[in-house]
Amino acid sequence: MKKLAIAALAAALLGGVAHADIIKVGVVGPFSGPFALQGKNFKAGIDAYMALNGNSVGGDTIEIIYRDVPTADPAQSKALSQELVVKEGVQYLAGFYFTPDAMAATPLLEQANVPMVVMNAATSAIVTKSPYVVRTSFTTWQTSTPIAKVAFDGGTKKVISVVSDYGPGVDAEAAFKTGFEAAGGEIVEAIRIPLQTNDFSPIMQRIKDSGAEGVFAFLPSGPTTLGFVKAFNENGLKEGGIKFFAPGDLTQESDLPALGEAALGLTTTFHYAVSHDSAENKKFVEAAAKAIGNPAELSFPAVGAYDGMHVIYKMIDATGGEQDAAKAVDAVKGLAWESPRGPVTIDAESRHITQNIYLREVARADDGTYYNKEIQTFENQGDPGLAVVK
Amino acid sequence: MQTVFSIGVDAFAYGMVLFVISIGLSVTMGLMRVVNLAHGAFAMIGGYIASYAARDLGLAYAVAVMLAIAGTILIAIPVERLLYRRIYGQSELTQVLMTIGITFCIIGIANYVFGPTLKTIPAPDALRQPISLGFRTVSAHRLFVIACGTAVALGLWYFIERTAFGVKMRAAVDNAAMAAALGVRTEVVYAVSFAVAVGLAAFGGVVGAELLPIEPYYALRYMVTFLVVVSVGGAGSIPGALAACLLLGAIDTTGRYLMPEFGEFFFYLAVIAIVWLFPRGLAGRAE
Repeated sequence: MKKLAIAALAAALLGGVAHADIIKVGVVGPFSGPFALQGKNFKAGIDAYMALNGNSVGGDTIEIIYRDVPTADPAQSKALSQELVVKEGVQYLAGFYFTPDAMAATPLLEQANVPMVVMNAATSAIVTKSPYVVRTSFTTWQTSTPIAKVAFDGGTKKVISVVSDYGPGVDAEAAFKTGFEAAGGEIVEAIRIPLQTNDFSPIMQRIKDSGAEGVFAFLPSGPTTLGFVKAFNENGLKEGGIKFFAPGDLTQESDLPALGEAALGLTTTFHYAVSHDSAENKKFVEAAAKAIGNPAELSFPAVGAYDGMHVIYKMIDATGGEQDAAKAVDAVKGLAWESPRGPVTIDAESRHITQNIYLREVARADDGTYYNKEIQTFENQGDPGLAVVK
Repeated sequence: MQTVFSIGVDAFAYGMVLFVISIGLSVTMGLMRVVNLAHGAFAMIGGYIASYAARDLGLAYAVAVMLAIAGTILIAIPVERLLYRRIYGQSELTQVLMTIGITFCIIGIANYVFGPTLKTIPAPDALRQPISLGFRTVSAHRLFVIACGTAVALGLWYFIERTAFGVKMRAAVDNAAMAAALGVRTEVVYAVSFAVAVGLAAFGGVVGAELLPIEPYYALRYMVTFLVVVSVGGAGSIPGALAACLLLGAIDTTGRYLMPEFGEFFFYLAVIAIVWLFPRGLAGRAE
């Protein structure tokens, strides 16, 4: 009898909250392996947003389901995305650190009626693959174009471009070349080096021999960048007055403790620096640092994830928790808000984020740590790379 | 002409870095007949200890190097007793499976304990200066690595070829049962050889960290390079390993300078050619 009463009570309680649904968001990213730190940043950004804004929208509870794709692996990314949609019943797909992973999952979106919020993958073409893709990160074109202007205006007319031979590297080279030649500068040589390069001394010699006044570089962050920057200093190029230009991936905050003095004075352009001075950012950094554990590990994927969650919350709000991808995406077209990185807008046509790009210099703080110091702002930058894709 | 010298210096320095890191593997594979894929993992442990000692504890570079070698050997001794001792004389597949398992465990532990970020080993100021050679500048650290490589090559050659222990070691390797019958304590010989190989790995990991930075995936990232150097040189041969490192270093550096877009094409082309001409490596001994 007692049991029955409890069961009845439980049923009544369950019935009482039945109208509030659980909305699942599937996040695909590298949570183990060599890029685990970037996945950890995704998680920190998402946790920070949910800590500051609560875990429910209009009575619906948001549940995040993580799936791990350790390195760029389109097949696994597609399989896991499909599993999230079919078995877990997620209403939103998000995350995606690598371009191939995002590309592989785009064919699922329309049939599954699921929007995708790209929190990192930075190739311009992704948003053209499906009308349900929204991106809150950046593109390599977007962050590499302003540095060309900085270089030219700073009096450097001849530049040698050195990039790692992979998608983002080739993108960065094209973006810089387009911008720099449009400004009137000359690319004396464009070198693509293999991803597995340990010793950069021969490349440095090549830069020296080319007679360029500056070098534009794009390499994957981590060991490759460290080796490149060290070789740049040790072979006397820095002393020789050769300028160094790069997009900000190279000096991401989590690598600065290792790069340290070698990176001092490097100028990069990027959409976000952890040091960005604003009330929004202070709030974000505090929450994200708590989520990630070690504040020194905080870097740009966190802000992409944080803003990605903002977009997803708006989508859930607009659809009232119903699964309607077209309505959700429409609702965020033209959405403007104050992100930790500054004012941002989702461009209504491309569904890519329009944002400020900052020129930064690696500087030493009073406590001996290194940070990216913002020194110039390029306001409301769209993605110049889309013109090339179309 | 200046360019030729310049590439020559880079090639020599890179070859020596490869040598310092790989020679320990050459010892385990050639003299102890163990395909030790965890070699890079031990180099990595050395790097982490040195980084911790020099960066977090603020100890001098020389002390950090000593601690790294001693610490890595201390960690390796129980591993040798408990795990490696079981795979001496087993088939290569068993050895490969076990050592790659050890590698993954060490990667996981390093990732958990030290985090996924890069670790640097701050070198003393004297090693950080660019030094002018007349026709170009190189970092003092490169010259230091060249000196270390030379010292390791000479020291190891003397140890194996000229000391009583070296004689016992070669005897134990060639015929363990006969050596034991003649009163050589083969377990001790193996343990000491293993410790020496691991110590060399740690030493290489530390002094080579400028070129191959320390991070959890170090153990996997450079595994192929180490194995290639050993197989081209001929496992167990010090002159062979030295020749292989200098040759491959020269080919790699020249290829990267002249045609960087070809990537590692020339490196592996050279490897194929050498292995085709000398199936046992440059100085490999017949079985």
